[in-house]
Amino acid sequence: MENLRFGLGAVVVAACVFIAAKLIGNQYVFFAGYVVLQYIVLATAWNILGGFTGYVNFGTAAFFAIGAYATVVLHKTTSLPMPVMILIGGVLAGIVGLGTGYLTLRLRGTFFSIATLAMAVVMQTLVTNWDFVGGSRGAYVIRPAKSPLLGGNYIEYLFLLMLALSVIAVVAARAIQHSTLGLGFASIRDDEGAAEAAGVPTLRLKLLATVLSGGFMGMAGAPLPYYVTYLDPASGFSLSYAVNTIAMPLIGGTASWLGPVIGAVLLGTLQQVATVTISSALSLLIVGVLLVLFVIAAPRGIVGWFQR
Amino acid sequence: MSGPLLDVAAVGKRFGGFVALSDITLAVPRGERLGLIGPNGSGKSTLVNCICGTLRNDAGSVTFNGHRLDGLPAHRRTRLGLARSFQLPRPFHTMTLAENVQVPILYAARSRGHRGPGSGLRDGAEALLDMVGLGGKAHQRPADLTQIEMRKLELAKAMASDPQMLIADEVMAGLSHREVDEILAMLLKLNESGITFIMIEHIMRAVLAFSQRLVVLVAGRKIADGPPHEVIRDDDVVAAYLGR
Ligand SMILES: Nc1ncnc2c1ncn2[C@@H]1O[C@H](COP(=O)(O)OP(=O)(O)OP(=O)(O)O)[C@@H](O)[C@H]1O
Ligand SMILES: [Mg+2]
Repeated sequence: MENLRFGLGAVVVAACVFIAAKLIGNQYVFFAGYVVLQYIVLATAWNILGGFTGYVNFGTAAFFAIGAYATVVLHKTTSLPMPVMILIGGVLAGIVGLGTGYLTLRLRGTFFSIATLAMAVVMQTLVTNWDFVGGSRGAYVIRPAKSPLLGGNYIEYLFLLMLALSVIAVVAARAIQHSTLGLGFASIRDDEGAAEAAGVPTLRLKLLATVLSGGFMGMAGAPLPYYVTYLDPASGFSLSYAVNTIAMPLIGGTASWLGPVIGAVLLGTLQQVATVTISSALSLLIVGVLLVLFVIAAPRGIVGWFQR
Repeated sequence: MSGPLLDVAAVGKRFGGFVALSDITLAVPRGERLGLIGPNGSGKSTLVNCICGTLRNDAGSVTFNGHRLDGLPAHRRTRLGLARSFQLPRPFHTMTLAENVQVPILYAARSRGHRGPGSGLRDGAEALLDMVGLGGKAHQRPADLTQIEMRKLELAKAMASDPQMLIADEVMAGLSHREVDEILAMLLKLNESGITFIMIEHIMRAVLAFSQRLVVLVAGRKIADGPPHEVIRDDDVVAAYLGR
């Protein structure tokens, strides 16, 4: 009931965001807004594993790129509608999450993080050597001109899809946080041995978190080829995805669903502004500096300021 | 079932070249209150860890309520009704005390279809915290507790899984005389309600008041097993404790 009410609220907020963007009537709003929304999904997804269960994933780019490259393949072989591609990208990334989780989740702490980083490197190498998706040269995707929904051009459509995905991800994360599952995740984060002793099936819960987290990351990546129209491994697997996706929840606060949203909106917007007004190199620097400041001065993030 | 509730058969455990447990055999009948004593480092906690699945024993086998436990992960053993407290309390530090207790209620007691004590989840958690004297602190976090209160929370968490057997690893260390009596009274009441106990304790007064049988470990071996007042007069036991 409570989740339903929150879900409806989130839909209303999303509708207002879309109407406001329409009213501004500037294409740049949709271009930049898409990136911010994409980071809401990524940060929320990362937090389901990293924030709720405490397993820090450095491999965001791999899950994200799985979604993106699944779309490249589907674009070349089928004419499926975008929402279906998003779903497929999510399922594929979720399956890869299950596989890597099974191999790596017996590792604790830092070892798990290093394993996810290694996985991202392996994935990137595989894609770079896969000619069908363009290899190192990259792949071009022809973007339709018009949105199939609510008028406007295709970027507005991608914006709308990413907006819907943000709502789904945030509502899911919040529902999990307040559920038995969320309590189990938190017990793993606090003390895995004590969680086992309390009857929590820790391995199964960690796998579930990895699948959900990876799945949402894959969904966030699926529309990317249409957004950029040219995708190469260097941009699909860019380190900035991993860095941003860790920085945003940490700055916003990892203990609740709200932290990643705040972090993504703040940092995502700041980066978009910095990229336009100064340079894109600077925008990553901002993230780095903020991250260090928060880790030292406010380890519980912005949400933590408002709690005791 | 007619056999003992817990049956430990020839269990051995090594850490590298160090033999922490060797050939431990121990049967605990349903309803018994067993005391387990031994000098520091004699392997008591290691034995608990092997029984409960926190560690894997290298040799021997453990059977609980007719189930072979070997190879089962710890959470499955808890769900079978085997609960333990950790010697160094291990609370879930980001949760309130109520949530700390809800974890085993939801994941162990309810996984067996038991509703646990009380009716609702909240009532159940409050009742358990009340039982150990932490009733007023349900919404505080473990960081606000004293070491002694932390031990009481540890006990409440173990009880929350609605166990058939509870292994209490030094839950009374550091408690005052009166508090020891309080906890003893509580454990006796739980035992009357049908819970089998293994109590590990250095406080002799408490062990002797509680135990119907006493087992002594020294350097990873069981050196005595019998009625408490005979065991503590046993020459080997006296020698081990006095270092002769
Ligand atoms: N994980 C481990 N790795 C290596 N050695 C260990 C480990 N756990 C325990 N030991 C060693 O095994 C021996 C038995 O330890 P254990 O904790 O079981 O003793 P104990 O009887 O519970 O002692 P105490 O009364 O102090 O709690 C000790 O020498 C200890 O140092
Ligand atoms: Mg011990």
